[in-house]
Amino acid sequence: MSPTSRSDFNGKLARREKRLAFLFLFPTIILILAIVLLPLVANFWISFKPVTLGDLRPPSLIIKEALRGAITSPGDIFKIEYRFRNSSVKYPLTEASLRDKLPNGFSITLLDPACEIISEGGGRAVLCTLGDLDAKARGKLVIEAVLEEPLLVNKDILKASKPETLFITQNALTSFKFSLENYKKVFSAAEFWDVLKTSIYYTVFGTAGALLFGLFAAQIMLKTFPGRSIIRGLLLFPYVAPVIAVAFSWVVLFDPFSGVVNAMLLQSGVAEGPVNFFGQRNADISVFGLTIKFPIALSMVILFEIWRYFPLSFLFILARMQSIPADIYEAAEMDGATPFQQFWSLSFPFIASILAVLFLLRFIWTFNKFDDIFLLTGGNAGTRTLTVNVYEQAFAISNLGAGAAVAVVIFVFLLIFSIIFIRFSPKDAG
Amino acid sequence: MRFWMIGIFASALAGFVWVALWHLVLTVTAILVTGAALPLALGPAAFSGLAVGAFAALQRPASLNRRRISGIIFIACSLFSFSLGAPFDPGSLLALWQRLLLLLLVSVAGWLSIEKTVGPTNAGFMTRYGTEKFYIRLFWGLGLIMFVLIVAVPFYVMVMTSLKSQHSLLINPLDLSINYDLGVTKLLSSYIELFTDYGFLTLLINSAVVSIATVMITLLFSVPGAYAVAKLRFPGRHWLSASVLLIYLIPAIILVIPLYAILSQLGMRNSLFALCIVYPATTIPVAVYMLRGYFSGLPSDLDDAGLMDGLSRLQIITRISMPLSMPAIASVALYVFMIAWNEFLFAFMFLDDVRLFTLSRGIVSLNSSEVPRQHLMAGAVIATAPVLFLFLWFERFLVSGLTAGSVKG
Repeated sequence: MSPTSRSDFNGKLARREKRLAFLFLFPTIILILAIVLLPLVANFWISFKPVTLGDLRPPSLIIKEALRGAITSPGDIFKIEYRFRNSSVKYPLTEASLRDKLPNGFSITLLDPACEIISEGGGRAVLCTLGDLDAKARGKLVIEAVLEEPLLVNKDILKASKPETLFITQNALTSFKFSLENYKKVFSAAEFWDVLKTSIYYTVFGTAGALLFGLFAAQIMLKTFPGRSIIRGLLLFPYVAPVIAVAFSWVVLFDPFSGVVNAMLLQSGVAEGPVNFFGQRNADISVFGLTIKFPIALSMVILFEIWRYFPLSFLFILARMQSIPADIYEAAEMDGATPFQQFWSLSFPFIASILAVLFLLRFIWTFNKFDDIFLLTGGNAGTRTLTVNVYEQAFAISNLGAGAAVAVVIFVFLLIFSIIFIRFSPKDAG
Repeated sequence: MRFWMIGIFASALAGFVWVALWHLVLTVTAILVTGAALPLALGPAAFSGLAVGAFAALQRPASLNRRRISGIIFIACSLFSFSLGAPFDPGSLLALWQRLLLLLLVSVAGWLSIEKTVGPTNAGFMTRYGTEKFYIRLFWGLGLIMFVLIVAVPFYVMVMTSLKSQHSLLINPLDLSINYDLGVTKLLSSYIELFTDYGFLTLLINSAVVSIATVMITLLFSVPGAYAVAKLRFPGRHWLSASVLLIYLIPAIILVIPLYAILSQLGMRNSLFALCIVYPATTIPVAVYMLRGYFSGLPSDLDDAGLMDGLSRLQIITRISMPLSMPAIASVALYVFMIAWNEFLFAFMFLDDVRLFTLSRGIVSLNSSEVPRQHLMAGAVIATAPVLFLFLWFERFLVSGLTAGSVKG
């Protein structure tokens, strides 16, 4: 590597290199700004606004044109009616107006006071000023006319020109109205603290379990034996396969009525009735006369998380262990160190740093995990974590603002955790 | 010298664990393969294991084969007598040869495992070193079997369930045998129905289009980006390469609400195009991170030589750096393909139109009480097969790329 110093940035060649680097990075930076960082900021923005799913459809002025009376022979008296309606149930429209092109061949006998006839591009048009319309406001404009020239005008010609509308509306997302309503709702909800607790249990046990299983698997696969590479490939299956496939296989495997596990438990007499593994919140287990409530569904989703992600820890820990020089073990063997002593004094210091990194990454990812729980239990039976709550609030109850507020809670929690963890994490020994 | 364990106890413990475990594993396998409702008589198996373990420790030194044969016969006889003459199958659900085969398999597997675990010990006291070695051998074997089973069973159930009919699933959930008498079309009826009635061909094509587009866009963006971060000098370089990983850690669930809101208002949400810009944004950071590691390992002299010969930087990337880093690029491509193929959250949130569904999105709608379970599992197999096939084909690339590129030390 050539040393880089401040002065290197000033030469002509260096300037060109700098420009090139920015050119190479420009598309990536733009995409990430647009798809990751902008939404991140937008999430904070939305969390301070009372926005629901329905608000995403912007309010508009809906016009229905109707013709009353025959329009066939000269002298026919007919009416043109415009029914208008504000489509939004929440937001007003301001400075609303409608304009419709009118053909020639009839004379207007009565004009709604809100309307006037204007000439337009060689023909004429009706322009009606509706002013400000409240939410859900509706009304009717009527024009009475007498037919003069049946060749120039009939129902089809009148219908052919669609009325144009003009109005100013506020978009719920871009208005500058903020409130703390969402946060109040989120924090005062009875189940919020339960959800937070579930999230923490899920994350801590899921992360620790996946790391321990990964460590165990790495120890096993460190030894050479026939068929080792096949088994190593097999152990990565849970991580590689689509979550949708493995989650539903677990659901089928543990199904209370047609699942293999329940059939096995019933047949061997371990369980008296079928256990609804993903649908039952608690099971009473009595140990020495004490009855404990054991959270079944939560344990199952934690087991699934461990099952699905131990391969990742396994892979990294194995790669690290294989990079430890073999001669230090030979030396330890000569000195009579037992296998466990070798593990604690030699292997562990080498893998401590990778364990710390994996713990941090897995903790963050597990805390953010949504699809696993959503597919297994739908967040029922005491398995609702914060991420499932984001979905529930935003899309099931269609309160986008509250969902965004829960997402902010997740973000802040992770930020605090990461800062604390990085400060106290073990440093590399190898 | 302190003594840690007595050899005969260790040996009996090994026998106890192994014979009971093999009995359990092989009986359950027999149940699943044949569909017969066999009892899990673990007690007799554990007792005969205990006995044979003690026997192994007291065996006279003889030739390996003679020890083996006597041990295997010992297990078979004790299993037979402890279970009162009717090992495995009191109701005679299996043919005689099947019962004998099961007995023989348990005996052989049990004895070989005991032999491997106990090793060169005798009935006397063991040192701490020997004791720890013994436990490590015991747990090595137990762990290996456990990991293979817990990984393989869900996949096995997935494949086998997809080949059953609703009727036979309800009659006996434990019967996961393949009934060859039905013929190929009957066996594969779930798959045929998915492709004819549920439009799985469209789902497959959609998934493939989105995944391949994601791989292309990711590589197109990340190769020059990673090259710039690895080889070019510019202010903010270190800051940028550190922040790349941070972006990867931003959870998708935080982005999903604003992206949903913005894309809805732009009228772009319900489209494959939306997925094709959102997926690369989530994969590019990790791709840059993996490729950067590989590019900075390539000697800079090569680039300099290229510059001297009058190549532009873009030509250096396409003619020197990329050919040299094909393994890394292949592993990134594979990894990104897997992420895009398996992605569920955005596909689930964004797509409303059945004709635009990806596999993940389409299979969720199979999870209802109106659709039979074997259809759901057949869908799962269809989603899993391509990605597992790719993974097995390129496993070496993926494993080295993941571990070497992404986390160093």
